[in-house]
Amino acid sequence: MTPDRAISLIQERFGLQAAGEGRSLTVEQLPVERWEEFFGFAKDTLGCRFFSFLTAVDWKEQGLEVVCRVENLDAGVGILAKCRLGADPRCPTLTRLYRGADWMERECYDMFGVRFDGHPDLRRILLAQDWEGHPLRKDYAVDTPHAPYR
Amino acid sequence: MKPPAPQIPAPVWSEFKDLQEWEKLHQERPEGDKASGLVESLFDTIEHFPGGWLAVTSTEKLFNWARKSSIWPVTFGLACCAIEMMATFASRFDVERFGMVTWASPRHSDLMIVSGTVTIKMAPMLKRIYDQMPDPKWVISMGSCANSGGPFRHGYHVVKGVDRVVPVDVYVPGCPPTPESLMFGILKLQDQVAAFQKTRKRAQPALHSD
Repeated sequence: MTPDRAISLIQERFGLQAAGEGRSLTVEQLPVERWEEFFGFAKDTLGCRFFSFLTAVDWKEQGLEVVCRVENLDAGVGILAKCRLGADPRCPTLTRLYRGADWMERECYDMFGVRFDGHPDLRRILLAQDWEGHPLRKDYAVDTPHAPYR
Repeated sequence: MKPPAPQIPAPVWSEFKDLQEWEKLHQERPEGDKASGLVESLFDTIEHFPGGWLAVTSTEKLFNWARKSSIWPVTFGLACCAIEMMATFASRFDVERFGMVTWASPRHSDLMIVSGTVTIKMAPMLKRIYDQMPDPKWVISMGSCANSGGPFRHGYHVVKGVDRVVPVDVYVPGCPPTPESLMFGILKLQDQVAAFQKTRKRAQPALHSD
């Protein structure tokens, strides 16, 4: 598996142009319906068996964007996929493909409030269970007095 | 073929109850100092005897001298200030000449040096350790983070000053304070301890309850 081969396979299957320099590819604007399908394809066909990270970006009015990177360590090819979510931030889970996605998605839910459909145990992971709000969103009011100890 | 879903269940936060049970037991303990009732009644009798205040105040002076000369701080390092605190305890600055021995148990300690950022998640544990210390007890807030939240004051997760959790006796400014600053704070605390007057009551439990 070479980067050029991966680019052509992604173009063939999803009709998306994977940009990137060297061995690191970026796929922008992946439709949210094909999120899980894309990573199943990346794992089985492109051999990206290593789940690197999953996080999100808050683009204010343009909504949240989920970012995930998987890598094929044998060939040294990494794929970074991005997916814009709508007003209701829901996204399919990747835990059926990568076990490591469990805690990453919980953290993403904790910090950004992205609901991962099909996640086995979607609870807060870092903050207390009774925390209100999702602090890494841009509209989170940081200095709001908030019991206890504030 | 899809691999099976993870089979190992994640640990459940609400099941970690052992420390919380201990904390409840601790809070239900009756009021009063840890000294035995016999010693207390002896002191009361002497104090109300004509001229007895002379003996009590002079022994208080002796006790305060003993207290300030053997302050044992509980090891409570939270962040980078703990490095400076360790340097203060090490041979170059050597606070053992003030009679200080760092002790890894709050139940044997008189002083808690809060060195570093207190997060909202850490605050209940800090309060628990403070409540476990026997009276009389003192707290030094070391560094900007413990004083006021410091550079992380506007973070969502930081307690804006440890005095919102436990009562503080000495504030040491700095980011982090040098060992000299901390030693100056310790000497200030010794001055406070020298003037300590016994109230015969337990210190109030930490200010905010969760």
